[in-house]
Amino acid sequence: MKARRFEEMTLPHLNAAYNLARWLTHSDQDAQDIVQEAYLRAFKFFDGFRGEEARAWLLAIVRNTAYTWLRQNRESVSHVPFDEEFGDLNEVSSATLFHQPDNNPAAILARNDDKRLLDQALAQLPVEFREVLVLRELENFSYKEISEIAGIPIGTVMSRLARGRRLLQACLERMNLGVT
Amino acid sequence: MDCKRTLELLPAYVDQELGLPEVKELDDHLQTCPACHSAFVSQTTLRAAIKQRATYFQAPIDLESRIRAALPKETDAQPGRAKQGPRYWGSWNWMNVGPVLASLVALIWSAGLYLATPSPNQRLAEEVVSSHVRSMMVNHIADIASSDQHTVKPWFNGKLDFSPIVNDLSTQGFPLIGGRLDYLDHRSVAALVYRHRLHLINVYIWPAAKERQTAIQTASIQGYHLVHWSEEGMRYWLISDLDPQDLMALARILQAQAQRVPG
Repeated sequence: MKARRFEEMTLPHLNAAYNLARWLTHSDQDAQDIVQEAYLRAFKFFDGFRGEEARAWLLAIVRNTAYTWLRQNRESVSHVPFDEEFGDLNEVSSATLFHQPDNNPAAILARNDDKRLLDQALAQLPVEFREVLVLRELENFSYKEISEIAGIPIGTVMSRLARGRRLLQACLERMNLGVT
Repeated sequence: MDCKRTLELLPAYVDQELGLPEVKELDDHLQTCPACHSAFVSQTTLRAAIKQRATYFQAPIDLESRIRAALPKETDAQPGRAKQGPRYWGSWNWMNVGPVLASLVALIWSAGLYLATPSPNQRLAEEVVSSHVRSMMVNHIADIASSDQHTVKPWFNGKLDFSPIVNDLSTQGFPLIGGRLDYLDHRSVAALVYRHRLHLINVYIWPAAKERQTAIQTASIQGYHLVHWSEEGMRYWLISDLDPQDLMALARILQAQAQRVPG
């Protein structure tokens, strides 16, 4: 009874679980292992699940499983010094970048046929920005749901999304300069 | 609202996460400030680009079956049963005779009830009559009122796990009035509504569980006439206060179109 109810509630969200794990780890095999482990963990905790949104509940477990995995396998990942990586990018310069019409992402993507450009830019973002963008833009979660999944305050969700978008924008611009 | 505050709130504005008063203030500012407006356009297009271009990774097809296999099985969830140890029929004591007799009586009683239960078709016919009467009574004949089959058919998409054949039959004297979701035989079914002169006809359609093909059968209950059959794996039940011959004519038309378009 429990197993069947669990499968009915969680298996419809398998793609969402896999997509998140895949974006967090960049690896198909690791994502599969993480999702499978997350489902087993979720099953153990299922008695405590009181029927809120099953997708958000499941993805919180997938996310934690993925982070545990990242910590064990890639020590450096947890705290990438993104300010160094994107060194010269500060609030002022990014604000001005937004104001230059030729540098907006639509224009960049229109000039560049390569569909992978955006994937590459998103993949280069530090994981804490990548995850909020994936949850927001690919899964359409609200700020509140993202804050529950990622275990951060709503204000942080908002600032990470803003910062993540600025970094993505800057990254697209740099890649574009490299291409032309 | 000034530019600094606007740029701070812009991400939440773009994400539609702002409260109404702030949305109003921001709207006003964006209309008057070209710089902030271009920042707004820029963020909106970036959002659209991520949504459209970023890859959504689909889970490999075998992942689901592997997860199902790894989950504990139903029987594992009842460890209590195994601990009781074996029981032998021979070792029963006479204290159990009472309960055994009682359950025997209950068994015979329920078998009698079972045999007295009306046949599935009889029960279904009564369900169909109730549903038809209800749809007339509460003036809720159609959820989607349209004589256009291209409006009615797509309306069912996503509401049902099958796609019923929907055709306007005005030329044959049965104009389509609309469609509705209904519940019969323990499942959601499509209800199409046709009209013939002043009579309304409910046509219920749903996938057949077993019989792919059965001949047309008729019944009359409480002054309503019913016609039902199965065709190409779908069950059809028609009901109306219409003259039985006219109802049969509609049945023939529907049967013919189901044979033309399999499934």
